[in-house]
Amino acid sequence: MRALLIRDIRLAMRAGGGFGLGLAFFLMVAVLVPLGVGPESALLSRIAPGILWVGALLACLLSLDRMFALDFEDGSLDLMAVSPLPLEGVAAMKALAHWLVTGLPLVVISPVLGLLLSLSPAGYVWLVASLALGSPALSLIGAFGAALTVGLKRGGLILSLIVLPMYVPTLVFGAEAVRRGAAGTDALVPLLFLAAISLGCAAILPFACGAAIRANLK
Amino acid sequence: MSIWEYANPKKFMQTSAWALPWVSGLSVILLGVGLVWGFFFTPDDYKQGATVKIIYLHVPSAMMAISAWFMMLAGSLIWLIRRHHVSALSAKAAAPVGLTFTVIGLVTGAIWGQPMWGTWWAWDPRLTSFLILGLFYLGYIALWAAVEDADTAADLTSVLCIVGSVFAFLSRYAVLFWNQGLHQGASVSVVQGSDQVSNVYGAPLLVCVTGFVLLFVTLVLLRTRTEIRARRIKALIARERAAA
Repeated sequence: MRALLIRDIRLAMRAGGGFGLGLAFFLMVAVLVPLGVGPESALLSRIAPGILWVGALLACLLSLDRMFALDFEDGSLDLMAVSPLPLEGVAAMKALAHWLVTGLPLVVISPVLGLLLSLSPAGYVWLVASLALGSPALSLIGAFGAALTVGLKRGGLILSLIVLPMYVPTLVFGAEAVRRGAAGTDALVPLLFLAAISLGCAAILPFACGAAIRANLK
Repeated sequence: MSIWEYANPKKFMQTSAWALPWVSGLSVILLGVGLVWGFFFTPDDYKQGATVKIIYLHVPSAMMAISAWFMMLAGSLIWLIRRHHVSALSAKAAAPVGLTFTVIGLVTGAIWGQPMWGTWWAWDPRLTSFLILGLFYLGYIALWAAVEDADTAADLTSVLCIVGSVFAFLSRYAVLFWNQGLHQGASVSVVQGSDQVSNVYGAPLLVCVTGFVLLFVTLVLLRTRTEIRARRIKALIARERAAA
């Protein structure tokens, strides 16, 4: 299990693994939005929570189709399927690796981008907390979408069609937590919801992933 | 004699061929009676005027949009557990019907909402969750269409359906979770509530709901028969090719 995790992280970090892709995309969103809507800081600070969350979500989506596709093509996924580690475990490790490589850097960089979007000072804690609690759900749901579409030639479009509706609750509660935090009101409730979504996804979706991969390998 | 006998495609074709005229005829009669009764023989509401009459389309189609997903869930579970092809095909057949009901629900809601709420669309939890349900239908249909191998497609869509039913469930109970939305609470229930639809509208509505249920059954039976025939044609072509 640990070997698989380390292997996946190494593969993603090396050149061409798409490690920086999500980060760069997130950065571009945070730079482009103020240029698009104008640098008025009152307006920016109002839309910042939503923009940051949408940006993080799309950045996650960007690297999803690589999660299983490369291993499927070169046959490593078949090897993993016959290895003693159950496919559910493989899926969980893949999702964890994806989160460590894509989600965690987004969490770390988000305060800087909050600065670019002139997020109000009270919101930073909530931004980091909500992304840290919510992005595991993004990776897990994404792993499920990637597992469903791994056998398809051009699965990218269907992958987003399947995954985006499932991202909605995470997005709603995540942005709500930041918005409430930035406004100075109690943001604990949406944050708890977010944690519940992540935990629920971690409990259920690896099994769905395993079933989907098994069906695809048959 | 057990219920699983109907999982045999031949038996299913026989039974559905017998049942189809009855079910479809009954649904046409009920829908005709319910809609005509509702549109022409009930008084206008004292606040909403004639627009209240759109509930004869809006409520039944919204109910069926959610119920269709649960029917697909049942079909998917039976496919995953007992590997009956008819059940997988019936789930496939129900998806576009459910999507259509979802769209009808959203469109009639918008048409009603424009004069009543002053807006076509609001980001109300009920409306949003319904839109998401529609997107789920789209994803489900797209996945069926994209996977080439029929059995793999059935497996994958079944898994998606099970995960998606969490959201269908949310959509069903969104009214109860969030009270602050624009959409009114459930006003049609078995237990008498405080803001119950009055009997003048309730009776034709009940007829319409029954008509919509039968319409759904008709369409699903019809489409499942088409899917089975398409499957048979494909098998025939493959056999011809193998022989040639």
